[in-house]
Amino acid sequence: MHEFLAQLANGVELGAIYALIALGYTLVYGILELINFAHGDVYTFGSFTALVVLVALRAAHVLHGVGLILGIVAALLVAILACALLNAGIERLAYRRLRKAPRLAPLITAIGVSFMLENLIELWQGSAPVPFPNVIPNPELRFGALQVGVQQIVVVALAIVTMIALHYFVQRSRLGKAMRAVAQDRDAASLVGINVDRTIAITFLIAGALAGVAGFVGGVSFGSAWFLNGFGAGLRAFTAAVLGGIGNIAGAMLGGFLIGLLESFSTWFIGGQWSNVAVFSVLILVLVFRPSGLLGESLPEKV
Amino acid sequence: MIYAYAFVAIAACVAIERFHNRRAKIAIALALAAFLAIAPRFYGNEAVFSILADAAVYVMLALGLNIVVGFAGLLDLGYAAFFAIGAYTYGMLASPQFGLHLPFWVLLFLAAALAALFGALLGAPTLRLHGDYLAIVTLGFGEIVPQIFQNLTKYTGGPNGIAALDIPSFFGHSFGASVMPYYYIALLGIVAALWISRNLRESRLGRAWMAIREDELAAKHAGINVLRSKLAAFAIGASFSGIGGVLFAAKLALVSPDLFGFQVSVLIVSMLVLGGMGNIVGVVVGSLLLTIVNSALLPQINSLVDTTFHTTIDLSNIHFLIYGAILVGIMLFRPEGLLPNRERRDEFHHNGEAEAEA
Repeated sequence: MHEFLAQLANGVELGAIYALIALGYTLVYGILELINFAHGDVYTFGSFTALVVLVALRAAHVLHGVGLILGIVAALLVAILACALLNAGIERLAYRRLRKAPRLAPLITAIGVSFMLENLIELWQGSAPVPFPNVIPNPELRFGALQVGVQQIVVVALAIVTMIALHYFVQRSRLGKAMRAVAQDRDAASLVGINVDRTIAITFLIAGALAGVAGFVGGVSFGSAWFLNGFGAGLRAFTAAVLGGIGNIAGAMLGGFLIGLLESFSTWFIGGQWSNVAVFSVLILVLVFRPSGLLGESLPEKV
Repeated sequence: MIYAYAFVAIAACVAIERFHNRRAKIAIALALAAFLAIAPRFYGNEAVFSILADAAVYVMLALGLNIVVGFAGLLDLGYAAFFAIGAYTYGMLASPQFGLHLPFWVLLFLAAALAALFGALLGAPTLRLHGDYLAIVTLGFGEIVPQIFQNLTKYTGGPNGIAALDIPSFFGHSFGASVMPYYYIALLGIVAALWISRNLRESRLGRAWMAIREDELAAKHAGINVLRSKLAAFAIGASFSGIGGVLFAAKLALVSPDLFGFQVSVLIVSMLVLGGMGNIVGVVVGSLLLTIVNSALLPQINSLVDTTFHTTIDLSNIHFLIYGAILVGIMLFRPEGLLPNRERRDEFHHNGEAEAEA
């Protein structure tokens, strides 16, 4: 029972991170029908920017009392900003020219961008995992048989708050409505006066910002950052997005938590070396048997 | 010296592409083959031909993937899995692992058959998927296969892989430590792969692939059995990779799971993209260029930088940056590749000319 609850908490924590990343895939896919393969590496970049900020602040001895909270907020904000700008920059430089190209062209470009980012991050921070500053105090809390760390609660709470904010933004705000309009029909959206280029750029900004939040919480949660983290995490998150129904925001959150739980329980039952196999098997099975995902609607083939 | 060989080969390929006369093309191809076969007697050492043999294996892989991606238009991001299956076929059946020592020549064909079988097994349920979904499924498959080889320690040696593989022999003459036999076998392999590719392209099946690539729905309604054609592309493409895997494993006398990761799949896709997807000669040029950059140019620049500035920089990792830059740069500025095939070029430049010609 103890072990079960511990794995459950662990899975929810992992799931929160995957859900945040999955939202980025789903937003971009919803609007461009592009698998932004570089998204996982934007997440890695977020981890490293947060890490660099925290290390610098720790070296300046400001991380105690109020300074600690301000420092954590600053690291989070810098990661969000950096990732948002990076993601929007990628869109501007690499994807925008290819909007009318055959569909495989942007995907191949995205893979290229992903490889470049991974390599640049490696050149910047080295090829070994870098320990994430352990600045958030982590006393264990007990709820009956369930034992969770404060960090776990912070991670999950931050993720959930972000997702709720995103949901309201997309459903209620003017920009959110513009995003949904462009996703539905780009030409019609531009006819009613929506600036399509700007809306797509904003979508990438938001997706990047979410990757920044994920990068920060991922760094806190795993206790380290590594230049290749984004590849595995990105694929898991993409699987989550597909599982939930790609293009569907609630689906990405649901899928994220399911994949997180799948990973933690498969690690428990059959060993961590099989968790990749488990996750990708789910991906293949979902795509083969229910390509529209759990919450997605199946679309007729476009001619 | 390696550059001289690569230059001759690439120049000949470009010439073949530029000439329109069929006889001239064949004459150049034969001259190139004769040159590559005879040259080692006069010029070069083991190190050079080791790189050239590797390059030749990659050319085979690229030609195989070209059938899947270039001809049939199915982006396969897990192609290295079939390479792994080929290599492990040799690793497990011609080594002390199980005490089995099947002959190299038998395993070449067995690996081709096994890889084709797995290609069909992967394809059967997944080939209904379109475009990027298929790409992601194949990527997942490409991640699963090496992971399984890594986890089944009892059979595959786990993360360390299997070492001390048998050294092949030819009618009782062992290959020994020389790389020359591999060079010649890989050259023969390329000739066979080129011949098969060319004939396939002109065949009924080849035309079906092009039709599917250009417009799947239209192809289906024109009476093409889409699923069966795609399965054939997957199986045939995979079989090239299986043969490449055996050659690779035998030459290295080692297999281990980390040799067949996603990077390898992307490397081969980069070769296709660089040379020009769908165009056989372009693919050969793309794979030659990238292998030479990887195994000759980068190490040389690395040592030059180190001796000049007395540093110990490791540039070996930078090749991922290079693949990435190639993929992005080519897609943005010359999406049809360096040596495009005509239909493909028209597809990327919607300039009405295509319709005018047709």
